[in-house]
Amino acid sequence: MSKILNVSKLRKTYQSGSGTLTVLDDITFSLESGETFAIVGPSGSGKTTLLGLCAGLDRPDSGTIELCGVEIDTLDEDKRALLRNRKVGFIFQDFQLLPTLTAMENVAVPLELQGVKNAQSRAVTLLEKVGLGARVHHYPSQLSGGEQQRVALARAFSNTPEILFADEPTGELDEETGQKIIELLFDLNKEAGTTLVIITHDMDLARKTQRILRLKGGKIHREEKVEVQ
Amino acid sequence: MKDLKSSGTGISWLILMAWRDLRSNAGKLFLFMSSIIIGIAALVAIQSFGNNLTASIDLQSRALMGADYVIDSNHPANEEVVRIMDSLGGPDSREINFASMVVFPKRSSSKLVQVVGTEQGFPFYGELETDPPAAARDYLVNSSALVDATVMLQQNLRPGDSIKVGNISLPIEGALKAVPGRSALSSSVAPAVFIPYDKITQTGLLQRGSRLEYKYYFVAKAGQDLEVLYEAIDHRLDAEGADLDTHLDESRRLGRRYNNFGKFLNIVAFIALLLGCVGIASAVHVYIQGKLKSIAVLKCLGASRRQTFKIFLIQVAGLGAVGGFLGTLLGVGLQIAAPVLLEEYLPVEVDVSLSFPAISLGLILGVLMSIAFALIPLMRTWYVSPLSVLRVQAENESRTGKAQLAVLGLIFLFLVLLARQILGSWEYAFFFILSLVVSFSLLYWVARILMWTVRRYFPEQLGFAIRQSLLNLFRPQNQTSVLLLSVGVGAFLISTLFFSRDILLSKVALGNDENSPNIILLDVQTDQVNAVENTINENKVPVLSNVPIVTMRVDEINGRSVNEIRNDTTSNIGRWVLNHEFRVTYRDSLIPSETIISGEWIGNSEKREVIPISVAENFASDARVEVGDRVTFNVQGVRIPTEIASIREVDWGRIQLNFSVLFPKGVLEDAPKFHVVSTRTGGDESSAILQRELVSKYPNVSIIDLRQILSLLEGILEKIGLVIRFMALLSILTGIIVLIGAVRTSKYQRIRESVLLRTLGAKNSQLLRISFYEYAFLGVLGSLTGILLSLVGSFLLARFVFEEPFVPSAEPFLILLPLLTLLVIAIGMLNSRSVLNSPPLQILRSENR
Repeated sequence: MSKILNVSKLRKTYQSGSGTLTVLDDITFSLESGETFAIVGPSGSGKTTLLGLCAGLDRPDSGTIELCGVEIDTLDEDKRALLRNRKVGFIFQDFQLLPTLTAMENVAVPLELQGVKNAQSRAVTLLEKVGLGARVHHYPSQLSGGEQQRVALARAFSNTPEILFADEPTGELDEETGQKIIELLFDLNKEAGTTLVIITHDMDLARKTQRILRLKGGKIHREEKVEVQ
Repeated sequence: MKDLKSSGTGISWLILMAWRDLRSNAGKLFLFMSSIIIGIAALVAIQSFGNNLTASIDLQSRALMGADYVIDSNHPANEEVVRIMDSLGGPDSREINFASMVVFPKRSSSKLVQVVGTEQGFPFYGELETDPPAAARDYLVNSSALVDATVMLQQNLRPGDSIKVGNISLPIEGALKAVPGRSALSSSVAPAVFIPYDKITQTGLLQRGSRLEYKYYFVAKAGQDLEVLYEAIDHRLDAEGADLDTHLDESRRLGRRYNNFGKFLNIVAFIALLLGCVGIASAVHVYIQGKLKSIAVLKCLGASRRQTFKIFLIQVAGLGAVGGFLGTLLGVGLQIAAPVLLEEYLPVEVDVSLSFPAISLGLILGVLMSIAFALIPLMRTWYVSPLSVLRVQAENESRTGKAQLAVLGLIFLFLVLLARQILGSWEYAFFFILSLVVSFSLLYWVARILMWTVRRYFPEQLGFAIRQSLLNLFRPQNQTSVLLLSVGVGAFLISTLFFSRDILLSKVALGNDENSPNIILLDVQTDQVNAVENTINENKVPVLSNVPIVTMRVDEINGRSVNEIRNDTTSNIGRWVLNHEFRVTYRDSLIPSETIISGEWIGNSEKREVIPISVAENFASDARVEVGDRVTFNVQGVRIPTEIASIREVDWGRIQLNFSVLFPKGVLEDAPKFHVVSTRTGGDESSAILQRELVSKYPNVSIIDLRQILSLLEGILEKIGLVIRFMALLSILTGIIVLIGAVRTSKYQRIRESVLLRTLGAKNSQLLRISFYEYAFLGVLGSLTGILLSLVGSFLLARFVFEEPFVPSAEPFLILLPLLTLLVIAIGMLNSRSVLNSPPLQILRSENR
């Protein structure tokens, strides 16, 4: 298996008032293609910042990130956007659907950005797959939280990404709905063979992955493999 | 990255995305659209209506002349003049006039009148007003005469009585009440008697030595540029002792009112557009603010900065085009409606048609102004970090600095070009835009200082509502700068309209007040002055002026005699200066219609050898003299050497006696002279009684009744005043609607907080009070700053553009300030209405769309 994500000696700081706040320090880890991976830690441990850096949404102060074979910290904003469009999928805690687009259009956007001709029919197929065949023309505000996250799942897989980042995917859902979403996420992931990175502080969810990275105070506290249950 | 090619999206996807985003935001963008529509509509309506009115005023000036242009001369046209006239297609009508005594056999009395021989056709514009009306047409057919109405009254004449002009006797067809071309007030006017042109020779009065004037009236060909015509032939005519007058001179003679009127209309149009621009900027600012999250999501999904920028740019441009088109249609509609509404005030029928160049201009301008004023808010899309979709606070972008400066430069350039196009002068354009830039900067700093002051001296002891409203002024996502800028600039522009309207209306009103004469008595001899004044006073009307007049001719200019200059074919001194019998007065001060433009006014000669005189601008330019040049005048055989001490600009449009040549006191007191006495009478009857009494007591005195001319001028000025008010009102309405838009857009800023406060248990009354205080602070401060700025701006406008004294009215402070503040408060509180009436969750959901 080849490395899909290679993070080395990553450091990220923010200016906070008069001082400098170190959010991440000396982070090094790598991910194999097709692996499922969880980053866990208490609030303020730097989980989300790490996800932002790994997905090319932000730049580190020092260290390197190689995503899908590309050193992303050397790329400009538009090249990173292109890389995300072709190789990366996202699922967010608060769904982040475009409120002015219908469910189908939301799912079709990544494909349309690639210039795929039948983007909309593929979007409908994906929505049917997540059980929303009857809701394709609904706007996000007309959908429940669980339905919105299912649309987000369909959107995340629509561009057949090599790696998928999920940021607290069940954070805004009740337990039952959250459970269904996670099942759907793992099913889709298995089917597509995508590398999956989940940010969570839910250990039950983390244990569904193959490997867990524990962060504490911006540093790697522990890295552990999950026993296959 | 080798296997990654740039995105496969084309313009069609960008348009599709722009449309998708737009369709569910129609409500939010309604204000953006209305800003463009109203701005463009006002521009199109004002410009088109303005053009129509200029045309109608143009026609009025033609009516004052009776033709488009006139060639006149003191002798019959020579070969060269005939050749010139032939090249113009020949005169459309001819006239000969001269002063002569006429006899009224019925009263066995005689009177000095201006005998005018006219041909069929004249007047081509305006009309001869006669009593009975048919007389204006019949006198040419019946070979009869029209006699000045005042003379008819003085001599107690009736139609059918006869008049003897030289060798012939003619029946009187009717009384002449008003004549185009004879409305200009001058001290040399004598009452007119019109007779047919072909009867002139039979009078036997055309012998040598008579002071004759030959006039040739022309109607211009369609599209003929009279300025060009003047440039081409006036000097040729001048060389032959003839002169060309166009109706343009006539409107110029009416003063600068027309010029200022045009300037005002252009300023109104420009302000309307600017208000539209302010509306666009504030609407797009708030719109994009609400889109930042979506933009971050799009970037997360792989859209480039250029793609996201273009999606919103396309949206704005598309809306601009549609808004421009609708605005143009509305403008044309207003243009059609305006003449209907103002029909009774408009002297001409206005042709209205859909003009495709106007519509395309509306489209182009709609797109251009939308893009220009949306650019700064749109630039924010470029720098939105995709990271902000996560819960991480993205770093502040400081990179916008340079780009923002470049965009501001671009906007400045756009505005200057637009201003140049509309205002017609680079100078005004820079002046206007600069004052706007200064206003914007000052307002911005007022906002900053307000925020700093409130934060620094925060009154902790105050109640919850007022503390919340004060907090709203400076906390993150505050609307202080945006609202102060839009309210302030709105107030600035609206109040500038108020002030400049007042400048123009005061000018219009100046022409006719209690002190303006409407009866002029000519040829009052020095020994008659006291008795005439007594008669006037006995009739309980005031003597407004008593002006001594001395007649004189030019003898020498800078040491060269008049004959020498006449024989010098290379001399370009106007022939009229050499031939004219000047009617000159003397006094020690200037009158309101006079302004010294060079040299120094000297009111007393103090026994100098060379008399310091003042000449009007037209005399100086035609006699080719400047301050310091010498002119010798001949006063009934006595040569008086003078030096030009000053040159005056004379507003010939003022209803008062104006003079080309003005002497100081202490020189002409003993010269043979007569007086011109003026008074102002009430109605027709009292005027007739006074005139009859004066004529019977002092038969040598000529009376000019100015009431006809005054009513014509009053009519024009009234129309101008009405149009000024209408246009200002239209633009002020535009401003108020845009202001409503600007404040309304702030709704989306506050709604989330209001919902949260409501969820936490805030009562409706508390939410309303918070809104009230916040909008009251912003309303008062924004309007007051705007009005104070416009006070300075209007002063500069009055001084440099209208060239009129500036007397600020209290209206903007007393009416505009409370009105705008109340408006801001009312809209602000209306914004909270939806929060008060619906459950919090429902509001948040609907706002998310």
